[in-house]
Amino acid sequence: MANNDQPTSPHLQIYRLPLTAIMSISHRATGVFLSVGLLLTVIGLAVLAHGPTGWESVQNLMLHWFGQLVLFGFTLVLNYHLCNGIRHLFWDIGHGFTLEAASRANKLVLIGTVVLTVLVWFVALTV
Amino acid sequence: MAEFSLPANSVIKEGKTWPAPEGAKRPKKFIVYRYDPETGDNPRVDTFILDLDDCGPMLLDAVIKIKNEIDPTLTFRRSCREGICGSCAMNIDGRNTLACIKPLDEIEGDVRVYPLPHMKVVKDLVPDLTNFYAQHASVEPWMKNDTPMPPDREQLQSKEDRSLLDGLYECILCACCSTSCPSYWWNSDRYLGPAALLNAHRWILDSRDDATGERLDALEDPFKLYRCHTIMNCTDACPKGLNPAKAIGEIKQLIAKRSS
Repeated sequence: MANNDQPTSPHLQIYRLPLTAIMSISHRATGVFLSVGLLLTVIGLAVLAHGPTGWESVQNLMLHWFGQLVLFGFTLVLNYHLCNGIRHLFWDIGHGFTLEAASRANKLVLIGTVVLTVLVWFVALTV
Repeated sequence: MAEFSLPANSVIKEGKTWPAPEGAKRPKKFIVYRYDPETGDNPRVDTFILDLDDCGPMLLDAVIKIKNEIDPTLTFRRSCREGICGSCAMNIDGRNTLACIKPLDEIEGDVRVYPLPHMKVVKDLVPDLTNFYAQHASVEPWMKNDTPMPPDREQLQSKEDRSLLDGLYECILCACCSTSCPSYWWNSDRYLGPAALLNAHRWILDSRDDATGERLDALEDPFKLYRCHTIMNCTDACPKGLNPAKAIGEIKQLIAKRSS
């Protein structure tokens, strides 16, 4: 029956993805963002190695509202990837495979992400 | 490489809207995927309106009613009408399940019915399951036993060993799980998919089977097994309440443990 003229049935277009699936693709997406963020970190370090004047301009950039926004996004994405990564470790040792457990873990990861991000920024802005 | 949009010949066009039945007290709109291989036209969605007061309770009742009373060319698979044959698997209201055990009153708003996702379509709601069945065959779903049989009785299995197969042997091969899996959508040529892997695990765990190592060897492959990223759509979709994601996780653990 294999026939190249046969159409492919719709998939992403019509599937109502459960939250667990959305969080799974978010894990992949945040991983990609983090790779880009790592590049920025490396650039920052390279500039730092060139002495105080270069570093000052990087610091100005990071203190600019846009820089702050990027940093906020970076911490949010990092914390999400971290929390969801920990849930993956639980899966790897065989825990949390029921739909109920997955749903609980979804909530824990989301709460953890918000709490950690708020914590990081609280410390960053007050200490 | 994963292709996220539909190829040109698969883009869905607006189809025909059939008139509502006269005097319907509880009209419900059914938006149904149609593809006719004989015309060569692109797939389309037709709209049918049924009176729920004049229709059985399940989605299968509705599509049978459409076929009997409105459009006899509507094509779909069905047999047992009680969730054990696995024939009427389709995408209903955005999720894969069996039409015969999907109550209409669980669906809010219009009812959207598509074939199982990311499959070649034979006609209307009938997907081509050739590859799916070949994958099931590839895990060699039969007993491989070198132990001589006792001369005077059957080869017995303890109750505990038998209970290991619970949640695995009940699979009816409806393909709801595999075709709900994005990993399977992008890599069905190389990733075996949740249904085949769940069936593989059923034989890996069988105390009477002597080919456990051989079976794990066959699965230890970046694509066949490890394209599973625990998205869990499979477990969410399974109309029999089985847990392919857990079965796959256990296979990964068995492979990790034997190499440590």
